[in-house]
Amino acid sequence: MPSWFTPLAALCALMFATAPILIAQAPYESTMGLVQKIFYVHLPSAWMFLLAAITCGIASLRYLFRGDPRQDRLAWAAAELAVLFGVLTLVTGPLWARKAWGVWWQWDVRLTSSLMGWMVAVAYLLLRRYGGPGSDKLAAGLALFGIVNVPFVYISVNYWRTIHPTTNVVPTLPTSFGVPLWFSAVTFLLLFVLLLRMRVRLEEQRARVDALYLSMDS
Amino acid sequence: MKLLSLVLVVLVTCGAGGVVLLAQQPPPQQLDEFVPIDQLPPQDQLPAAPLLVAAYSFVALALFAYVVSVARRLASVQRELERLEADMKRGSGT
Amino acid sequence: MFAHIVWLVLRKDFTVEVRSLEIAYTTLFFAISCVLVFAFALVQEGRAPVGGAAGILWIAVAFAGTLALGRTFERERQAETLRALLLAPAARPAVYLGKLLGIVALLTAAEIVLVPLVALLFQASLLAHPVWLALILLTGTVGFAAVGTLFAAMLIRARSRDVLLPVLLYPITVPVIIAGVRATGVLLEPELDVGLLQVWLALLVCFDVVFVTLALWTFEPLMTE
Repeated sequence: MPSWFTPLAALCALMFATAPILIAQAPYESTMGLVQKIFYVHLPSAWMFLLAAITCGIASLRYLFRGDPRQDRLAWAAAELAVLFGVLTLVTGPLWARKAWGVWWQWDVRLTSSLMGWMVAVAYLLLRRYGGPGSDKLAAGLALFGIVNVPFVYISVNYWRTIHPTTNVVPTLPTSFGVPLWFSAVTFLLLFVLLLRMRVRLEEQRARVDALYLSMDS
Repeated sequence: MKLLSLVLVVLVTCGAGGVVLLAQQPPPQQLDEFVPIDQLPPQDQLPAAPLLVAAYSFVALALFAYVVSVARRLASVQRELERLEADMKRGSGT
Repeated sequence: MFAHIVWLVLRKDFTVEVRSLEIAYTTLFFAISCVLVFAFALVQEGRAPVGGAAGILWIAVAFAGTLALGRTFERERQAETLRALLLAPAARPAVYLGKLLGIVALLTAAEIVLVPLVALLFQASLLAHPVWLALILLTGTVGFAAVGTLFAAMLIRARSRDVLLPVLLYPITVPVIIAGVRATGVLLEPELDVGLLQVWLALLVCFDVVFVTLALWTFEPLMTE
């Protein structure tokens, strides 16, 4: 692991310990009350989900046309994180929606496109896991198609469901809400970087093991 | 190892599901559109605390489970790597 | 030259298929069974659910399409003919385009049978606007097949390709399915809303253009071992 890993991990742990205090001290939002506090984990997870998906797409594109195995490992790691943060987003979202909107799920643009993006990420992992040899290229192709597909899903769902609760659930934030949100977002970003590094490291070690086996055979 | 991770996934899912079930009440009928919270009939106004607890505990559990899973996978690959390197050394020594 | 290769690939597939008609018959029968299962499940006391026909038509097309894609490329794999095609000094995009046209032709044939069947079983006036319906079905089928042909060709080398194909294909083709179902739904309304129909068709055409281009562009690196 690189030298920055341990101090950053310590910082991240510290921030995870402080975040609940900040969130608890943030004032209650007037219309939604207590349940609005889910926002402080929901929004950062959603951002990290997006970041992971974009990372995976870009790395896949570069792998497909340049063939650099490091990009491939990065794409795989990012896809796994996309599934992880996607689960967090998709579970915390309905818990909040149940109280704020009165329903668990809405076929709203954001919800549907997140769900579809998450399904593509899961399909990516399934392909990597069960596709056998050669699945790295195929997975890169899938990631590329998944990224290109996002605007189409967005537009189609938007026309399908024009009546959806617009952004009145995300109010313009006063500082008392903004500070814990940004703190939480930075914490999640740190965690994302750390997990990505760990996951890439796992792939690197696996590649070394494979190389050793190959050299033993020859 | 694989079985363990499967059990972990199932446990986390069940745990989250349990909390959700605790928070769940009969869903309101015919809610196709957004209804502001204060216009809902009183029986639909859920207590927020279980939902909040469910959300935060799910996030904590899922992140913890993922870190554990990556750490375990990393440790097992590390062990294999060391074993292989030792084998190589022995092989080249003789 | 390019068009000639496309034509040769298409003719080769057609000749092989005509000899046994295996894929055509099985795909068609599978699509019809799908529609029948939906009819048994949804038509109650002789009454079909309102607006259900559009959805069922597209589900049948998507399911039959997946089956046809899987079978077509399985045949290529067993005879190792795709490898031979790729080894031939032919432009890769032309090979892709030939395969795509073959799949589209097959699915169009299936749709010609499916549309009257769905209209009959679900008491839907699908045939009221035949030109619009043909446009929607064609653009939707091209979009579905564009992604499907590329993925099926990619998966030819993968393990457990039979399950992986639908797993990869359906999340990507969601926009096509939504647009196709909604546009067909517009046709079933008593009053035809041409503006809305044009929006859906525009979306389908954009999808087709973008994904066919993307597939032509990535077919070469994806099929290189």
